[in-house]
Amino acid sequence: MKKNKLLIQNSITYAIVIACWIVAQILISTGNMKSLMKGLLVPLCIYAILAISLNLTVGILGELSLGHAGFMCVGAFSGAFFTKCMENVIPDVTVRFLIALLIGAAVAGVCGILIGIPVLRLKGDYLAIVTLAFGEIIKNLINAMYVGKDASGFHFSIKDSLSLGLDDTGVVIIKGAQGITGTPKAATFTIAIILVLLTLFITLNLINSRTGRAIMSIRDNRIAAESVGINITKYKLMAFSISAALAGVAGVLYAHNLSSLAATPKNFGYNMSIMILVFVVLGGLGNIRGSMIAAVVLTMLPELLRGLNDYRMLIYAVVLIVMMLFNSSPKAIEMRSVFMDRLKSKKKPAKEAA
Amino acid sequence: MSFLSYLINGISLGSIYAIIALGYTMVYGIARMLNFAHGDIIMVGGFVIFTIVSTLSLPPMLGILAAVAACTLLGVVIERVAYKPLRGASSLAVLITAIGVSYLLQNVALLIFGSNARQFTSVVNVPNLKLAGGALSISGVTMVTIASCIVIMVGLTTFINKTKIGQAMLAVSEDTGAATLMGIDVNKTISVTFAIGSALAAIAGALLCSTYPSLTPYTGSMPGIKAFVAAVFGGIGSIPGAMIGGILLGIIENLSKAYISSQLSDAIVFAVLIVVLLVRPTGILGKKITEKV
Repeated sequence: MKKNKLLIQNSITYAIVIACWIVAQILISTGNMKSLMKGLLVPLCIYAILAISLNLTVGILGELSLGHAGFMCVGAFSGAFFTKCMENVIPDVTVRFLIALLIGAAVAGVCGILIGIPVLRLKGDYLAIVTLAFGEIIKNLINAMYVGKDASGFHFSIKDSLSLGLDDTGVVIIKGAQGITGTPKAATFTIAIILVLLTLFITLNLINSRTGRAIMSIRDNRIAAESVGINITKYKLMAFSISAALAGVAGVLYAHNLSSLAATPKNFGYNMSIMILVFVVLGGLGNIRGSMIAAVVLTMLPELLRGLNDYRMLIYAVVLIVMMLFNSSPKAIEMRSVFMDRLKSKKKPAKEAA
Repeated sequence: MSFLSYLINGISLGSIYAIIALGYTMVYGIARMLNFAHGDIIMVGGFVIFTIVSTLSLPPMLGILAAVAACTLLGVVIERVAYKPLRGASSLAVLITAIGVSYLLQNVALLIFGSNARQFTSVVNVPNLKLAGGALSISGVTMVTIASCIVIMVGLTTFINKTKIGQAMLAVSEDTGAATLMGIDVNKTISVTFAIGSALAAIAGALLCSTYPSLTPYTGSMPGIKAFVAAVFGGIGSIPGAMIGGILLGIIENLSKAYISSQLSDAIVFAVLIVVLLVRPTGILGKKITEKV
């Protein structure tokens, strides 16, 4: 019985995504979609993937991470790097993009493990600040990194492109703060939606598996989980690295949606990590569907308010504060429950009369 | 000699971080929340001084006083409106609200002053000090910054240890429930903490903008984050810890800028933080928390 309910819930989540895709396709083919919205379709999917993957760390594993954009950054750069290197080897753009997705996910996942081993020993706010630090380090290193390729192989420098010492055939692939330029725009809305579905599939199946329950038991009571023989480190690392790998996928998607990729504070800094965290918290901790919807709504909100241009971010900030106060303050919760009770007691006599 | 001058500049930058970190650490110690909007209060302080000194051409001292008053009021109002209703809610909810407040302050400043960087006239009128026959020059701002940091440190320690309200702050941070039972007004204590923290942020804003004279709505966010790192570095909740953490962070940042790479200095600062936390998981002076079943 319970399994059926779960299946229905999950199917609803998948159905929402597919319905969005169909609606978008209809709007595009009938020409009813503004170009602004068209440009927003792939980013919406990217944010949805990021929110779902961060919910795995924050909601399911219960560890506050403020460095999610760092993993996205790793994925974006490794994926775009692969695409640039293989430009002449694999001529088909889509095939190259798909392999890049796998590589981005793998590299980000490995980074997740490497960072997770030391970091997951810490707790609470300390863990949050260390993940923030890691995110900033990754962004900073990529900004200072120069990588070039010539006949004799790869060259690496952290000074400037001249010190790479490339020969005549050499090309600079990662140009420090300028990043990678000239990646093909291979990301389409359909691929992005498929990736969202894939992310949902991985996450939802993980949560409802033995592994997922082990991870959630760590969140609910670490000591109790440990005493029944759950390997804390293993499951923590697993959740953290899967979350990182999914963020890497979002990063590759991001890199292939723009023609030039640079690690700026705006796209890969802690501000981005915080924004993803906002999606997760407003969508509901541990609620995968909620975080997906919150990501879409909160990304659209500033765009829909574009008519108010200067005031839109101000309104966004106010909405954020008011929503948090309304959602989480003990008084508001009490008021809501009183209101709901009243509503129920009004309905009941009506039913009895009928 | 150049090493000495880098070191002194590092201590000066570190003093600014330390003053900001005090605000973070006091609020964390008492209200158990990460006040992400603290960095933006620095920016507000900077703009208040800018308006009074550059636009209205009034004396700098008046500007600083007005900034301290405005920021104190702002800190208390923010606490009342945005954080107080969330007392007892999950710490994540308070964190997100603080982020919302941070966005709000930045965007209000953006609406009033625009995104272009404003040239900030230094509020410090102290001549440069030349030592060792001119080989070592210490700017007036640097000296004032270090001096104010020492004064603030001494003043704050005395305030907390000698006054009644200071003792109340200690009691609340030790055990909120027990403090209430002893007749301490917890809400008032938290308001006072926010007021002091925000006043310090205003002073930090004046010093920061005098050292790096360019002011935008985002001026406060990076120093805010660094000061937060400094507070964690020294052990969040500990006042001497914030001081040590801030000054060490400033020195590390300046020396790595000078000798290793200016681009990688932020990465080095954060890397040092990670190493420190791995060796001492609650920071240099942080209390060790044992977990009870």
